[in-house]
Amino acid sequence: MNPTDLTIAQARDLLAKGELSSMELVEAHIDAMETSRELNAYITETPEMALAMAQDSDARRARGEGNGLLEGIPVAIKDLFCTKGTLTTAGSHILDGFHPVYESTVTANMWRQGAVMLGKTNLDEFAMGSSNLTSYHGPAINPWKARGDHRARVPGGSSGGSAAAVAGRLALGATGTDTGGSIRQPAAFTGTVGIKPTYGRCSRWGIVAFASSLDQAGPMTRSVRDAAIMLRAMAGHDGKDSTSADVAVPDFEADLDKGVKGMTIGIPKEYRSEAMAGEIEALWQQGSAWLEEQGARMVEISLPHTKYALPAYYIVAPAEASSNLSRYDGVKYGLRVEADDLLSMYEKTRAAGFSKEVKRRILIGTYVLSAGYYDAYYLKAQKVRTRIAEDFRDAFGHVDAILTPATPSAAFPADEPPSDPVAMYLNDIFTVPVNLAGLPGMSVPAGLSGEGLPLGLQIIGKAFDEATVLRVGRAIEHAAGFDTRPEGF
Amino acid sequence: MASTIEGATGTWEYVIGLEVHAQIVSKSKLFSGASTEFGSEPNSQVSTIDAGMPGMLPVINMTCIEQAVKTGLAIEGTVNRYSVFDRKNYFYPDLPQGYQISQFKQPIVSEGRLVIEMEDGSEKVIGIERLHVEQDAGKSLHDQDPGHSYVDLNRSGVGLMEIVSKPDLRSPEEAAAYVRKLRSILRYVGTCDGNMQEGSMRVDANVSMRRPGEAYGTRCEIKNLNSVRFMSRALEYEALRQVDILEAGGTVAQETRLFDVGRGETRSMRSKEEAHDYRYFPDPDLLPLRLEQELINAVAASMPELPDAKRHRFMAEFGLSPYDASVLVAEKENADFYEAVAEGRDKKLAANWMISELFGLLNKAGKEIGESPVSADALGELLDLISDDTISGRTAKEVFAEMFETGKAAGQIVEEKGLRQVTDTGAIEAVIDEVMARETQKVAEYRSGKDKLFGFFVGQVMKASGGKANPKMVNEVLKKKLDG
Repeated sequence: MNPTDLTIAQARDLLAKGELSSMELVEAHIDAMETSRELNAYITETPEMALAMAQDSDARRARGEGNGLLEGIPVAIKDLFCTKGTLTTAGSHILDGFHPVYESTVTANMWRQGAVMLGKTNLDEFAMGSSNLTSYHGPAINPWKARGDHRARVPGGSSGGSAAAVAGRLALGATGTDTGGSIRQPAAFTGTVGIKPTYGRCSRWGIVAFASSLDQAGPMTRSVRDAAIMLRAMAGHDGKDSTSADVAVPDFEADLDKGVKGMTIGIPKEYRSEAMAGEIEALWQQGSAWLEEQGARMVEISLPHTKYALPAYYIVAPAEASSNLSRYDGVKYGLRVEADDLLSMYEKTRAAGFSKEVKRRILIGTYVLSAGYYDAYYLKAQKVRTRIAEDFRDAFGHVDAILTPATPSAAFPADEPPSDPVAMYLNDIFTVPVNLAGLPGMSVPAGLSGEGLPLGLQIIGKAFDEATVLRVGRAIEHAAGFDTRPEGF
Repeated sequence: MASTIEGATGTWEYVIGLEVHAQIVSKSKLFSGASTEFGSEPNSQVSTIDAGMPGMLPVINMTCIEQAVKTGLAIEGTVNRYSVFDRKNYFYPDLPQGYQISQFKQPIVSEGRLVIEMEDGSEKVIGIERLHVEQDAGKSLHDQDPGHSYVDLNRSGVGLMEIVSKPDLRSPEEAAAYVRKLRSILRYVGTCDGNMQEGSMRVDANVSMRRPGEAYGTRCEIKNLNSVRFMSRALEYEALRQVDILEAGGTVAQETRLFDVGRGETRSMRSKEEAHDYRYFPDPDLLPLRLEQELINAVAASMPELPDAKRHRFMAEFGLSPYDASVLVAEKENADFYEAVAEGRDKKLAANWMISELFGLLNKAGKEIGESPVSADALGELLDLISDDTISGRTAKEVFAEMFETGKAAGQIVEEKGLRQVTDTGAIEAVIDEVMARETQKVAEYRSGKDKLFGFFVGQVMKASGGKANPKMVNEVLKKKLDG
């Protein structure tokens, strides 16, 4: 068996038994990365660092140390996490040549747990996108193809490079970030598992900000167990992030296999629409049936403000982004296009440094915060956000988790993306409300579309109850028996 | 003390409101652990947060918050237990984040007040709209290189309090008194060093002119005034400029202006149309600031006696005049020095000596009270020598000058120079007899009614005694002998 095909849990056990070294694992991955460059999953590969970290890990283990949660496990890091001394691009031209002098809290946590960095993965520019098509470094490609159709498919976004790397056996796991669905949607498109934990569970310190009140880091893996292991290594309170929650991180793996018997799981009626594709509807019903068979009680619930979530999101997220991205001005680091005066330098630098999609969001964000529009847009959107959070709070008064589809469709062809920005934004319709409410949400692969492309189901949980989300996810994974391997990988 | 301007068409009254930016005394910055020390190498006190590096997040420095609470209580404001940090968005090279973290809709302190005292002894209450906490920007340096501007981020992220007065000030004098009083309070509570030269206190002045009693006119804002003197000059210039416009039938344009110190003029910086839309919104990186009542109580309990209370105490308990009391309490160090000198001594004597002698010499030497060569104890010893008639007040002045010069103790100088005054009645009578014997003509004139000559005799006697005769005794004995 090729070591790249192991799950994190399997590799962990083999490493512990001494039947595998981190060095062997890492070398196998470096080979795979070299032969799968067409996926464009990585922006920066760091093989030397990976080998050195693997050597250190094996040495620790030989000394009887090295009992970290991810000891010796090679992982990929979304290129939105600042990594000390390693190029960090956020998928943008404007951060050209930026080598941070600091390490993000989440990656530092993972290194402390023994993980090994393979490289930095591709993403939509500044995590703005659902396709990976907006990356300055070219789109990452989905390892999955539709049956009888050789067109490249998008891996989803924004954590598309991480999803492609995990699905394509180029990393055992990868970090993602999720602002409106950027972990869950690419996980669904690539047949992988992705969990966005509760807002505040993972520190945002050192992650290039998109929309501060929505951004959350999380793991992307090939099994629910792996997600549980990796999330535990990433999470934890951080005094350097004022929005980080001082809540203990449990052993998410402990209760993973306890099943869903006795749980009440909600099916939100507002997520069903006339426009929903038949196969998505069928998958959702299948998921519901699986849980029922395993002893869960399925109930219909109402989340009445759901339809306002996407519009509210597309006000709040661009508003915060327009401010967060102001620091990229050509003065301090990254790209600078020289000009005769300050204003022209700003304009030329930002015109050259940002893509169309980023500019669109900066414009929207600037507009909704402008004098005279603030109340009508931003303030209103914040009120909607409160309502959406209340919807979930009410629902969680009588359910333990909520089950929905993860995406409205399977991965689309890279050369035939949705025709306009709003159609593209609709990709996030099931995931966005979860970010607005700050709740944990996970996408688990549950089956294939008619074209043979992966589809995912989303499980939404109570704040800081990732353990239940993972348990329900494990139950679906178990029932679905999904083969996470794309043809040819 | 309102002052008005007499224009060609009648009287104009000032309407002034001040925004004072006071740098918070704190070892580290408002949202980062970097040092706030002044005068360090450029860009040597900059954390990755202050430099606006990607992914960096602010964390509130509670020391700065406690300082703001303390200041809020000192200006008798309402400390809000819930306040919010907002982002004020604009582009400038010395603003690395592209926004300043400030407080907009919900400041930490609202509705305070401050009493100013004018030179004529009158008092006036000036309303304070709000106090909010914000971070400072860095500094752009345009004079280092002909082709480039440089940026020093040492100041970037330093905590400031912006204290906004109501438009209650009616003259440059009142504005000056307000700034001095505010500075005094800030220094008392130790929340700002008040050093305007180093920029730790800066003033933006809003000024408009109106006919007394009528509605407010259109105001202009004069930015970044870094001394009380410049502020007064800027206000005076601006008032005349506005009156000229108004009297010519024109309208004042609402705008931001800068004071050119060299030319003594204000000039337009940007018009209302060019004003920034700052797009304020709550900073999502920071949770709203919630203060426990216990924290506010603890800060209140740690509050020192403030200048107003001290002034009233000096007047009530020590019998000082309002003017003397004001002068002594303006700086806490002076008040402390005074209380040490006055302890167990004649309060008014101590006040007089502080104000006319000590302050006089300190001013001349360009020294602060902390650098005084004469300590409070040393001055006290000198006053004791006056009170027990060892030396006269006049001799004391000489002794004091020498103390100031050499740092020697009063007693030592008196002994070394033999300045102990003569209080022996016999000795004084002998000198008087000698003078009277010499000046028989003048004695006759005096006795024939020329009372004014009494001073002449006193002078002669003092001179003959080498200045050492006790003047009070000289007066008594002389009077007796001349009248006798």
